[in-house]
Amino acid sequence: MTVWLALDLLLAAGSLALAFGVVRARRVFTAIALFIAHGLLLTLAWVRLDAVDVALTEGAIGAGLSGVLLLAARHRLARVGAGRVAEAPGRAVTIAIGLGCAAVTAALGYAVLALPDPAPSLAAEVAASLAATELGNPVTGVLMVFRGLDTLLEAAVLVLAVIGVWSLAPDRAWRGAPGAPWTVVEDGPLALLARLLPPVGIVVAVHILWVGADAPGGKFQAGAILAAMGLLAWLAGLARVPPTASRPMRATVAAGPALFIAVGLAGLMFQGAFLAYPEGLVKPVILLVEFVLTASVAAALALLVLGPPSADARP
Amino acid sequence: MPPPAATDWGILPLLAVMLPVLAMVLAAPLGARGAERLTLSLLLPGFVLAFGTAVAIHVSGAPVVHLLGHWSPPLGLAFRADGLAAAMLLTAAIVIAATALFARDGFGTKPGAPETRAAFAFWPLLLALWGAINLAVVANDLFTLYVALELLTFAAMPLACLEGKRETVEAALRYLMFALLGSVLYLLGVALIYGTAGTLDITLLSGRLGLDAPVIVAAALMTAGLLAKTALLPLHLWLPPAHAGAPAAASAVLSALVVKGSFVILVRLWFGVLAGAPAMGAMQILAGLGAAAILLGSAAALAQPRLKLLVAYSTVAQIGYLFLMFPLVAGMPGSEAAAKAWTGGALQAISHALAKAAMFLAVGLMAARLGHDRIADLAGAARSMPLPLLTFALAGLTLMGVPPSGGFAAKWLLLSAAIEAGQWWWALVVLGGGLLTGGYVYRVLSAGLTAGGARAPAPHPPGLPEAIALGLALLSVALGFLPLASFGLVQVGRMGLAP
Amino acid sequence: MSGTVFGLLGAALVGIGLFGMLVRAQPLMRIVCFNLLGSGVFLVFGAVARRGAGAGFAADPVPQAIILTGLVVAFAATTLAVALVLRLADDEDEAPR
Repeated sequence: MTVWLALDLLLAAGSLALAFGVVRARRVFTAIALFIAHGLLLTLAWVRLDAVDVALTEGAIGAGLSGVLLLAARHRLARVGAGRVAEAPGRAVTIAIGLGCAAVTAALGYAVLALPDPAPSLAAEVAASLAATELGNPVTGVLMVFRGLDTLLEAAVLVLAVIGVWSLAPDRAWRGAPGAPWTVVEDGPLALLARLLPPVGIVVAVHILWVGADAPGGKFQAGAILAAMGLLAWLAGLARVPPTASRPMRATVAAGPALFIAVGLAGLMFQGAFLAYPEGLVKPVILLVEFVLTASVAAALALLVLGPPSADARP
Repeated sequence: MPPPAATDWGILPLLAVMLPVLAMVLAAPLGARGAERLTLSLLLPGFVLAFGTAVAIHVSGAPVVHLLGHWSPPLGLAFRADGLAAAMLLTAAIVIAATALFARDGFGTKPGAPETRAAFAFWPLLLALWGAINLAVVANDLFTLYVALELLTFAAMPLACLEGKRETVEAALRYLMFALLGSVLYLLGVALIYGTAGTLDITLLSGRLGLDAPVIVAAALMTAGLLAKTALLPLHLWLPPAHAGAPAAASAVLSALVVKGSFVILVRLWFGVLAGAPAMGAMQILAGLGAAAILLGSAAALAQPRLKLLVAYSTVAQIGYLFLMFPLVAGMPGSEAAAKAWTGGALQAISHALAKAAMFLAVGLMAARLGHDRIADLAGAARSMPLPLLTFALAGLTLMGVPPSGGFAAKWLLLSAAIEAGQWWWALVVLGGGLLTGGYVYRVLSAGLTAGGARAPAPHPPGLPEAIALGLALLSVALGFLPLASFGLVQVGRMGLAP
Repeated sequence: MSGTVFGLLGAALVGIGLFGMLVRAQPLMRIVCFNLLGSGVFLVFGAVARRGAGAGFAADPVPQAIILTGLVVAFAATTLAVALVLRLADDEDEAPR
C-alpha cells in the first residue's frame, strides 16, 4: 500500500462521506456547504488523476461558481419562502429507489472494473499530431484544434443559457439590471476582499489564459476567475451590472463565439474545412480566439450566476 | 468500419448547422427586431441547404461527409449526412419556416416599438433549436451529439415557459429535470464506450463493439437517457404539461422536432454504434413500450377535456409508432422487411412532425379566437374558424393513418414489415392505435361541427397564420401521394446492412 | 490504481446523486444532487482518461477535454434550473392578480 494509494483512498472516502452528508442533510444550507467541500476534495482527486486542467475548472466552476449560485439561491428562497414543495416519497418507495440506485452503482462499478486492459487511448494520436498545432498543452490542442467544434458549441451553449435565464425574468422587470438586490455592507471582510482580490484575480486569470497554450490552463478557467472577481465586486457594491438592455454587454457575451464561428467559416472558405486554421498562423489565431472568448465566457458566467432581472431590483 | 472520408458537398450539412447557431449568437446584441429579421432571412437559405444535401445524397447514393478541420476520426470530428439525416433536415427547415412566419403575429416587433421579453427570447431560442436539431441528425460523434442534446434542451425549455404563467414554469422545471437526468445518463454511457473502444465516432464504432459488460451497461444507460428525452412511456410525464402550456408556435416545434432529435440519436446508437450486436430482447422491450404508448396515450387523449392537452397526449401516442421499427429493422437487417420498417419509421417521424406542427398551430388559433380551449365548448367553430378546423381534420388524417396521407404510408410500411418479419402482433397495435386516434380526432371535429348559436364568435377573414397551418397539414397529406420509391432516399447510408 | 479507485468513486457518486435527485423533494436539493450525479459521471470519464495514459502523457487528453466541456455545460444547466426555481418561488410570493 503506497502513500499515493492511501491518499487516493482517503480522498475517495472523504468524498463519499460528504456525498452521503449532502443527500441526508436536513437543511439545504448544510447540503450546499457540504457540496462545496466535496467540490474542493474533487479538485484534489483530479490532480491525482493527472488532469490538472480539469482540476482548475472543477475548483473554479464546479465548486466555486456553483457554490455561489446555490448559496445565493438558498438565501433568496429562505427570504421569500420556498412555497409549495412536492411531498417526499414514503418509506417503502424510498427504500425501493435506494435499492435501484445501489443496483445502478453496482452495475456501473462492475462495468468500470471490466473495462478492457490495455485501455484503448487516443494519447498516441494526439502526441503525433500535437506538433502541427504549435501548442504544448495536449488538452488545449484537443479543445481548440482536434475537437474545436465541441468547444465552439459549448461557447454557444453559454450564450443560449444567458438568453434562457433572461427569458425567465418577469415581464415588468424586463430590461432592468440582472440579479436580485443584495444588502450591501460597506465595511467588513467582504468589502476588504472585494478591494484586494480583484486586481490579483485579474492577473492570475490572464496568466492562466496565456499559459494555457503550453501548460494546464485556458479560457474557461480564466473566464471563471474573472467572473468570480466581477461577482465579488458586485456583492460588495463596488460595481454595478449594466442592465440587460445594454447593447455593449450583449455584444461582449456574443463576441467570443461569433469570432470563433467566423474563424471557422474562414477556414471553410480558404482551407476547405470548417475550423481549419491557416498554416503557420495556428497559434496566433488560437490565442486571439481564446482571448476574446475569455471575455465572453467571463461575462456569460457572471450573468448566469446573477440570474434574470428581478422584479424588486434596485433601479 | 473504416473512418468516414470527406466527400464533396460536405459543406452543405455543415452550413445547415452553423448558420442557425451563428444567427443565434448574433441575435442577442441585435435585439428583438433584428433577431426576427435575421431569422426570417435564414429560412430560405436553410431550406436550400437541406434540399441541396438531399439532392447530393440522392445523386451520389452515399452519405455526404465533412471532416472538421481536416482532422479525421478518431482524433477529429465528422459530420455525416445520410438519407435519414437529409429527410430530417428538410422537415426541420419546413417546420421552422412555418413556425417563424406564424410567430410574427405573436412575437414580432413593430418598427419603433420597445423590445419585450418574449420577443427578445423567442427568435434566438428558435434559431438555437433549429441548429441543434440539425446538429443532432448530422453529427457523427457521440459527444458532439451530447452537446446537441443539451442545446436542444436549453432552447426548448425556455420556449415551453415563454408565456410566464406559473403552471408553465412548473412544467418547464419538470421538463428540465427529466432532460438533465437523461443527458447525464447518456454521457455516462459515452464514457464507458470510450473506455471500451477508444473512439466516439459512430462509423468507427459500428461493428467494433461486442456485448461485454461495459457496452451493455452503456447501452442501457444511454437508452434510458434518450427515452426520457423522447418521452416514451413510462418516462413521458413531463411532455403533456410542457407542450400544452407553451405558446402555439413553441408547442409546434417542441412536438415536431425536439423529441425527434433524441429519437434519431437512439437510432444511431442501436443501428449505427451497436450494429450487428445481437439485442432482439432489448428491441422487443422498446417496441413493447412503444405499443403501450400508442394505446395508453391515445386513450388518454380521448379523455382530455382540453384541446391542447389532447394534442399533447397525441404526441405521446404517436411517438410510440416510432419505436415499432426497432425490432423490425433489427430482426434481419438486410431484408426487405427491415428496409420497409426503416422507411416507415422515418416517414412516421416526418409526417408526424408536419401534422403535429399544423395541429398545434391550428389549435393555438382556435384557442386565441375562443379565449379558451375546452373541447366541450367548441360549438360553432366550423362557422367562425373553418380553416383551423379543416387543418385539424387533415392533420388528424395523417395521425390516424387514413389514406392517402404521409401517416398512412408510414403505418402501412410498418404494418407490412411486421407481417413480413413474422412479428404480426405489432400490426394489431398499429390498427388499434389508428382506431383510438380516429376516436379523439372525431371527438374534436364533432364538437366543432355542431352549430354554436349565439355564443360563437363571428367569422374572421383568414390570414397568413391560418394559411400556414393549413399548408403544413396539406403537406403531411401530400406525402402520401409520393410514390413509395421516392422514400428510398432515407435508405442511403444505413449502417449495419452487411450481415 | 488511481483510475480504478476514482472510477469506483464515480460509480458510487452516480448512485448517491441519483438517489438524492429522486428522493429529495425540495427543488434546490434536487439540483445539488444532480451536480453530485454529474461529478460522478465526470469521475468515470476521468478514470477512463487515466487508464489511457501513454505516449508521454500521464492521462489521455481527449476525455479530459470532454470532461472540461461537460463541466461547463453542467454549470449552465444548473443556472437554468436555479433560475426556474427562483421564478417559481417569486410567483408564489406575488399577490394573486
